[in-house]
Amino acid sequence: MQPDTTATTPVKQTRRPKLQIGQMLRSPLVLPLAGLIVVSLLMGLASENFFSFDNIFNVLRQVSIVGILAVGMTFVILTGGIDLSVGAVMALSGTICAGLVVNMGMPGVVGLAGGVLVGIAFGMFNGAMVAWGRMPAIIVTLATMGIARGLGLIYSGGYPISGLPSWLSWFGIGRIGIVPVPVIFMVLIYACAWVLLQRTPFGRHVYSIGGNETAARLSGVKTQRIKLAIYTISGLTSSLAAIVLTGRLMSGQPNAGVGFELDAIAAVVLGGTSIAGGRGLILGTLIGAVLLGILNNGLNLMGINPYLQDVIKGLIILLAIYIGREWR
Amino acid sequence: MLELKNIKKSFGKVEVLHGVDLEVRAGEVHALLGENGAGKSTLMKVLCGIIQASDGTIKINGEEQHFANYDEAIEAGIGIVFQEFSLIPYLSAFENMFLAREICNRFGLLDRRAMRKRAREILAQLDVELPLNAPVADLSVAEQQFVEIAKALSLEARILVLDEPTATLTPSEVEHLFKVLRELRRKGVAIVFISHHLEEIFEICDRITVLRDGEYVATCDVADVDNDRLVEMMVGRRIEHNFPPRRDLLPKADPVLEVEEIQLARGGPVSSFALRRGEVLGFAGLVGSGRTETALAMLGAHPAARCKMKMEGKEVRFREPADGLAAGIGLLPESRKEQGLITSFSIVRNISINNYAKYARNRFFIDLKKELYCTQEAMSQVSVKANSPFDRLDTLSGGNQQKVVVARWLNHDMKVLIFDEPTRGIDVGAKAEIYHLMRDLTARGCSIIMISSELPEILGMSDRVCVFRDGGIVATVDGSDITSEKIMTYATTGRKENAA
Repeated sequence: MQPDTTATTPVKQTRRPKLQIGQMLRSPLVLPLAGLIVVSLLMGLASENFFSFDNIFNVLRQVSIVGILAVGMTFVILTGGIDLSVGAVMALSGTICAGLVVNMGMPGVVGLAGGVLVGIAFGMFNGAMVAWGRMPAIIVTLATMGIARGLGLIYSGGYPISGLPSWLSWFGIGRIGIVPVPVIFMVLIYACAWVLLQRTPFGRHVYSIGGNETAARLSGVKTQRIKLAIYTISGLTSSLAAIVLTGRLMSGQPNAGVGFELDAIAAVVLGGTSIAGGRGLILGTLIGAVLLGILNNGLNLMGINPYLQDVIKGLIILLAIYIGREWR
Repeated sequence: MLELKNIKKSFGKVEVLHGVDLEVRAGEVHALLGENGAGKSTLMKVLCGIIQASDGTIKINGEEQHFANYDEAIEAGIGIVFQEFSLIPYLSAFENMFLAREICNRFGLLDRRAMRKRAREILAQLDVELPLNAPVADLSVAEQQFVEIAKALSLEARILVLDEPTATLTPSEVEHLFKVLRELRRKGVAIVFISHHLEEIFEICDRITVLRDGEYVATCDVADVDNDRLVEMMVGRRIEHNFPPRRDLLPKADPVLEVEEIQLARGGPVSSFALRRGEVLGFAGLVGSGRTETALAMLGAHPAARCKMKMEGKEVRFREPADGLAAGIGLLPESRKEQGLITSFSIVRNISINNYAKYARNRFFIDLKKELYCTQEAMSQVSVKANSPFDRLDTLSGGNQQKVVVARWLNHDMKVLIFDEPTRGIDVGAKAEIYHLMRDLTARGCSIIMISSELPEILGMSDRVCVFRDGGIVATVDGSDITSEKIMTYATTGRKENAA
């Protein structure tokens, strides 16, 4: 073995490497993007309506709710955790929002704020249990999923709460120009998440916890606080999704969002994020969510039996993960 | 009975066993003795077929054997009780003993009665009684060890290897274990006994084989040697590395860190020490003597029953390593892969992990240019060899990885750095560079605690040495008292001199 000499590397300012083809091919975005293109082309071939403006915005609008939930889920999964409570928290948040406005006569803004507070509170609870209670995330959030769902049903008696002021529908079905409001909403949230993850120390710490929690902690990362923060973010995005949902349905639906946590997880994983944490990009999650939406939409357009659609979606997810799995 | 001849083993290009002999007779307890890293465990792994020797022969009862794996070694009558037990904690004693060789009745179902009966017979041979049905996790450490031994015997082991069996036992449990071993010896079992505790070796063993740095030193009868002679054989005269010269410490260098009392477990020993500005304080001792745990406990990363310390005269208490970082204490952990680095991340990411305050823009955002510049500066200070700062850590050599860990702390004006096994698994050249770095750091006024299992390193680098044994500091030596004999004697017996 050649012993290291003391030759020092001069401090030269290398630039951040330009994206080269080889590197681009190794980016975690490649596979999701390829999947998106392939699936879009297939759908376009199968149905001539697919590539119309109307249909594309329709797909994006449908994607927006799961897409927003998947933002929080990305933070959580990047640290190696999981949040099963997002669907139920979203339903509870929407129900409380509607309840405050309809049953208690509060202004709509107070209702929205109340809903968001509920989401944040649940997220903080999850985070505290995981970080300081040292319980596995899957169990904690499974429990809070049940709690949130149950509380929503108790509060509403199991019925939708309708009679909201009509301006709230702007969040669900409004448009700015030709672009649906929920889509703008979603893109803004993704932009914020991108900045947080890629341009702040907080984001780097999120990745480092997923990469090697012990190493992160021993080098001085406040791992517990970061965990509290990411579950809180997940609660927050759940409640933001609830705003879109409430605006679309124009009511608080305690039974809404069943199984959405699974769609959100699927979007994250289809987007190339490692379920073990430490690797993945928020942009990938957006691609994953859109991919899921296109599948839903395309299979509908093709008139395929909805039961069969679930089977097909499941198989496609399996295939995608199989192709994208890490080689060791 | 058992004869190992000229065993050699290399990992990659590094030879760790340079032709070791070991001969064990039936009905004797044979001690295998050596410092940390002398090659005892490697030799035993070769014997058990867990790893294969590069050269040399294994003979059992005169017949040459080649073990491709552990199962073949068991087949040939070898049983081993590892330092860390391989029992399944939630299964009962007899279920563990018959794991993967369950006795079944003719319906293919477990025959629990037959297994229990057989287990009881074996334990009766050992003159041991223990609850057969309770999960082994509920048994004491000693009882678990008996289960391990019984498991080996149920496989008709004629050669039994015990790797540091007494490390975690109380004195009365050790007595019981020795009774069992004497019983086995009477029955003609050949026992290989690995221990660092010399007094135990004098009590139970018949003959001793000493290894040093992967070399065979000697085999002798216990009756023919004394404590001092054994230490001398273990330590030997060795080629000194070229360590950078010590700096003359100011005679009255003020203490940076005073640990007034630290106790790892309730009822355990209470230690105290002080660290002066610009000094290298060595933590010597055997593996498991509490050096790493003490360091982690200081930073709040390991539970401690008591921990009271002062930093530059002010009382401090760290709840997590982040508090330590804020106060100016950093840790470079012993296992780079598990505790030090995120190997799937780039060098930049790994160095900047605790440096973000340095590159902040508008308090909240990362200044990517500054990050890159600081990283490259840190890399060149410790001369990390890599194509680019964006290389993944797992593409670097061990020495370069270690330098990355060091680089992470350079941007901070750290007052205290704790190096845990700083040169483990890195080549000679990189070692020398790490030593120079440590000297440079002390010249800049940083104080260093160096935990090391390599005596030459302790001797060559430390200004003072704290010797650990059984969870606490038994002695602090400095100046001309820093000799390998003194340190090894403290570490193995806890006493200054063997009462000769």
